[in-house]
Amino acid sequence: MTSPPHPPDQRAGWHGAQPGTVLTLDAGALTTREINRSLQSLPGGRALVSNPAGRHNLAVGLAAAIQVEIDGPAGFYAGGLGKEARITVNGPAGAGAGENLMSGEVHVRGSAGRSAAASARGGVVVVDGDCVSHAGISLKGATLAIGGDAGAYCGFLAQSGVILVGGDTGPCLGESLIEAVVYVGGKVNGLGNGAVVEEIDEHDVTFVKVLADGCGFDHVTPASVTKVVSSRRMYRMQARHDHGTY
Amino acid sequence: MSHTFSPEVIAQIQERARLGGGAVRGLGARRATPGFDDLLLLPAGLSGAPDLPRERCDTRTILGTRHAEEPVVLDIPITIAGMSFGALSSAAKEALGRAATMTGTSTTTGEGGMAPVERDSAKTLVYQCLPSRFGFDPDHLRAADAVEIVLGQGAVPGGGGMLLGQKVTTPVAFMRDLPEGVDQRTASRHPDWAGPEGLRVKIEELREVTAWRIPVYVKIGASRVAPDVRHAVEAGADVIVVDGMQGGTGAAADVFIEHTGIPTLAATRVAADTLRTLGMDGQVQLVVSGGIRSGADVAKALALGADAVSVGVAALIALGCNSPSDDTGADVSLGYRALGTVPGSCTACHTGGCPVGIATQDDMLADRLDPDFGAERVANFLRALTKEATMLARACGKSSVHQLGTDDLVALTVEAAAMARVPLAGTSWIPGTPIT
Repeated sequence: MTSPPHPPDQRAGWHGAQPGTVLTLDAGALTTREINRSLQSLPGGRALVSNPAGRHNLAVGLAAAIQVEIDGPAGFYAGGLGKEARITVNGPAGAGAGENLMSGEVHVRGSAGRSAAASARGGVVVVDGDCVSHAGISLKGATLAIGGDAGAYCGFLAQSGVILVGGDTGPCLGESLIEAVVYVGGKVNGLGNGAVVEEIDEHDVTFVKVLADGCGFDHVTPASVTKVVSSRRMYRMQARHDHGTY
Repeated sequence: MSHTFSPEVIAQIQERARLGGGAVRGLGARRATPGFDDLLLLPAGLSGAPDLPRERCDTRTILGTRHAEEPVVLDIPITIAGMSFGALSSAAKEALGRAATMTGTSTTTGEGGMAPVERDSAKTLVYQCLPSRFGFDPDHLRAADAVEIVLGQGAVPGGGGMLLGQKVTTPVAFMRDLPEGVDQRTASRHPDWAGPEGLRVKIEELREVTAWRIPVYVKIGASRVAPDVRHAVEAGADVIVVDGMQGGTGAAADVFIEHTGIPTLAATRVAADTLRTLGMDGQVQLVVSGGIRSGADVAKALALGADAVSVGVAALIALGCNSPSDDTGADVSLGYRALGTVPGSCTACHTGGCPVGIATQDDMLADRLDPDFGAERVANFLRALTKEATMLARACGKSSVHQLGTDDLVALTVEAAAMARVPLAGTSWIPGTPIT
């Protein structure tokens, strides 16, 4: 199960990790349970999951500051429910990449399925490519950065946190948005109920610049992004304070 | 007086005309539905008697035997249903947790995540995973004794949760990552998966995070029970929780509460039969909830095929809900009047103005509930239900409440006979089947 020491990885995505041994786990020869059990037992260091072949639930529930590279396409929930860990997917990821992330980072070096960073409460989810629908749904404080386009209902019910979309957005952007902020570098193709465009200021430009630079999104021009926020029409929706209505 | 346009209907129309919406309220359906009162148990006489006199009747209940390394082991077949900190006060959650511990059963978190007080007070705690994911935390998941994926609740199957702004106080907002005072309305669908295959992957994710240690329950609001149960079983659930339309809620549209779902009685039999058809009875446990009030309800639900029941509204009533006085002995009738209601008829949980300190986040109101006294009352209630259920089971010749079966039941009405699929009393006729 454990491979001999692996040479230090020089690829991008390790974010300055110190050279050292790498635990290599061959998904082609191991069950999901065996892979996750090994990763969850690591107090620190680095690990490589080879031959993932779109396997669901890889590197979920990690709770230590380890670095994991999934070397190929991942299935649903890559890096979901994690704390502190930094996970890179060298390929596309299925639905729910970085779902309910608490802290740390999930970096998808490809496109991601629906509901990327769903309900994520902290940390950063980076998707270099496009996201299917519902990216950042129910976001709760995390940052989601998408290099390409985002499909319909991006930011649906997003409570807090930030979403940056480098490309275009699909219909119903920010539907029922609460307090999260969405920046769009490309074209906004329709806002959802309760979402409005707000003028950007210098703080927004600075924030987007730092985020885009950190993600390597050179195509994003911070000064020209569209900022989408809640219109707050959904706040205090009941007509009466004592006896509510729907 | 017109039956179609009764005074109540007229008032509802006028309210909709004035507000442009219908009423939101708490608790469950008020309408009369076929229920467990429409069934009777058949005690043993010369027939159906045990071989030997049975002095004891076992109530031990084990949930989650299918996949989990550590199934939930309970002393009684009655659990406490999921109710959130937010909908309920901290004192109420503490009291429910303590009562569960005192009686050897479990209680359940709710939409607001896991409050420290409920983990501390409950020996066995079921952690809910709801569409809103408010406060959902992998550390809490690992600290739980079971996780319950909520697809729906009986009061509002297909609908999302509501918590009006007056209950979204600082601690509630903090736990839910919401702005204070915002009216919380959540989606009815989970944010990260859809369909039976999505549920299968989600269940696997939760198992991976918990190292396959704890059981995974799947809770459905009773509507399309047979396919829902089948899909949940095929997705890998250890326990199916079916919540009938009499189940309560902290806040929901009245039209939803009264006009959606099916009664617990019907749902129980359909769910049990579906498990049997799948060959999963005994492997996947069935918990039913929605309007369970007495040991008779418990015994009848078990006889229909449930492995356990869950109580929500009844536990709150035991705690002091709808009582005319609080734990200091003070008369709180004026508090009810301020909400436009009276003790015994109050469904104003959504307002946050609960006069007995249960469904509130107002510190002064919450102080009216003493968690020690409340826990004792709820524990007494659970003990009473257990005694009644065992009394009835023994009368039917059983040495365990789990030996009760459909052969021990008859129905008083044609409707109940059809739903429960047991004979109409005094006949061998089960509506929908040939007369034998």
